[in-house]
Amino acid sequence: MLRPSRPAPLLDANTIVPGEPLIEFRDVSIGFDEGDVLRGLSFDVSPGETKVFLGESGSGKTLIMKLAAGLLQADAGHIWVMGHNIGEMSENELLDFRRHLGFVFQEGALFDSMTVAENVAFRLREENVPDAEVDERVREALKFVELEAALDKYPAELSGGMRRRVSIARALVDRPPLVFYDSPTAGLDPVTSQTIITLILRGRDLQGVTSLLATHRVQDAFGLAHFRYDKESNRVVSDDGNGARGVEPGHDQRQVQGAAVAPPTNVLVLREGKVYFEGTAESVLHSSDEYLKKFLASAE
Amino acid sequence: MPDTSETPSVLSFLGDVAKGQVLALQDYSLLVVQSVANVFTPPRYWTDTLEQMDLIGVGSLGIVAIAGFFIGGVLVLQTSSQFERFGETALTGEAVALALVRELGPTITALLVAGRNASGIASELGSMVVTEQVDAMRALGTDPVRKLVTPRVVAMVMMLPLLVAVADFVGLGGGFLVAYLTLRLGAVQFWTTAIRALAFGDLVQGFVKPLFFGFVISTIGCFQGLRVKGGTQGVGRATTSAVVISSVVVILVDFFLSKLLLYMFQK
Repeated sequence: MLRPSRPAPLLDANTIVPGEPLIEFRDVSIGFDEGDVLRGLSFDVSPGETKVFLGESGSGKTLIMKLAAGLLQADAGHIWVMGHNIGEMSENELLDFRRHLGFVFQEGALFDSMTVAENVAFRLREENVPDAEVDERVREALKFVELEAALDKYPAELSGGMRRRVSIARALVDRPPLVFYDSPTAGLDPVTSQTIITLILRGRDLQGVTSLLATHRVQDAFGLAHFRYDKESNRVVSDDGNGARGVEPGHDQRQVQGAAVAPPTNVLVLREGKVYFEGTAESVLHSSDEYLKKFLASAE
Repeated sequence: MPDTSETPSVLSFLGDVAKGQVLALQDYSLLVVQSVANVFTPPRYWTDTLEQMDLIGVGSLGIVAIAGFFIGGVLVLQTSSQFERFGETALTGEAVALALVRELGPTITALLVAGRNASGIASELGSMVVTEQVDAMRALGTDPVRKLVTPRVVAMVMMLPLLVAVADFVGLGGGFLVAYLTLRLGAVQFWTTAIRALAFGDLVQGFVKPLFFGFVISTIGCFQGLRVKGGTQGVGRATTSAVVISSVVVILVDFFLSKLLLYMFQK
């Protein structure tokens, strides 16, 4: 029997508890044969916030994304996402839970035996959404990433940047309240990287998505902090003063939602499996810390 | 004097290997249980199952038919020289029928399908693992075992007995052709002795075995594919392992099943 199509879940009373963070990591550790990667990591992500994870390769940025989505289980510590204790959920519960998340993988992770349209429609088909609605929503999602013309193409026929854009369309097609972007600009040229950041801005500013972004590109963090997508003019505009407005972790950030300014962007720098620095993009930029200075200089 | 400082590390290495094998067996058992349990609960992926039935069944038809034909033929060549010594060439049909239906049809078909499909399954799923497509599926809220493993297991278990039936029939046809050309054995004589030789127990043996073989080949192929580590090199290793392990296990299972079925249906 067909299940009725459910309305697109947005940030609402079901997913947000007032005053509570949307994501909470407490003393989270995980390691592999080579040793511990994350060592007692703790941080919060508030509703509407964009949290950018910066760090060297192997610092555990991707692991944080996968742990938060329940794709991996932590060796120690607790993770709460939208009120769910990830460590206590069974795989079946996690599958259900993940339908409320979007995940953009580093290389796109598109299903290579399916067309672009089938990739984007995957989640909707799984939920038995009627064909007409699937078609409409797939076109809408591909229009969002400006890839309507690629509907019938296979991933192998697309460039790296196009694959990331399809992956973003697939993640956003069900309008999830929370999206994880795992190094979406890695290996892309600066122009294509900027296109991807623009899409993240659009997802954030037009759909009110709370985002976690793993990247080693400092420009991505500053792009998200200093710009916003203006609905009226339908383009990216500078958001002066956002860096100063990026509020400290734990602060309820929904007060800025709906305002004609970008939601706050905070940066978390990882080093040796721990939070080395957490603050606004501006505070990272103006920090006198030697490691941060060196990291920023090498990442430019 | 032997270097005793090496002893603990060798022991610990062997211990690690043993633990790894036990862990792999545990993971395989869990996959098997999960893939079977998924058959009884929704959602079921019928389209994927039909697609796999086409890939496994129709796709293997050619090699199974060709192999069956020549195995039937070679059986006649090998047995007829013995029967000729006793002037009992009329028994050729019986010998070919029994050997094909009881043993060679199921086993050779299973080995051919293992070579063709266990490798295909392992490399396909392995590639999906290394390109994070399996993780993407989980991130989209879909159970990869339900979507990828169960349809392949169901399709293989359903298709292998049918392929065995084709191999048996074509093998008998090949046997008859060779018997006709070399022994001048008539069609009525060959087919009558061939069909009369087969008892109910022989047919049960011939069609129960491929059910188990199909299950073994598909689950091992899927398991090896889903546990791939180490990029494309890992996919290559998994593909080789899938064929080797499933072929050896098919022969082991054949031995024990033959013993059991012969005990159950012995005259």
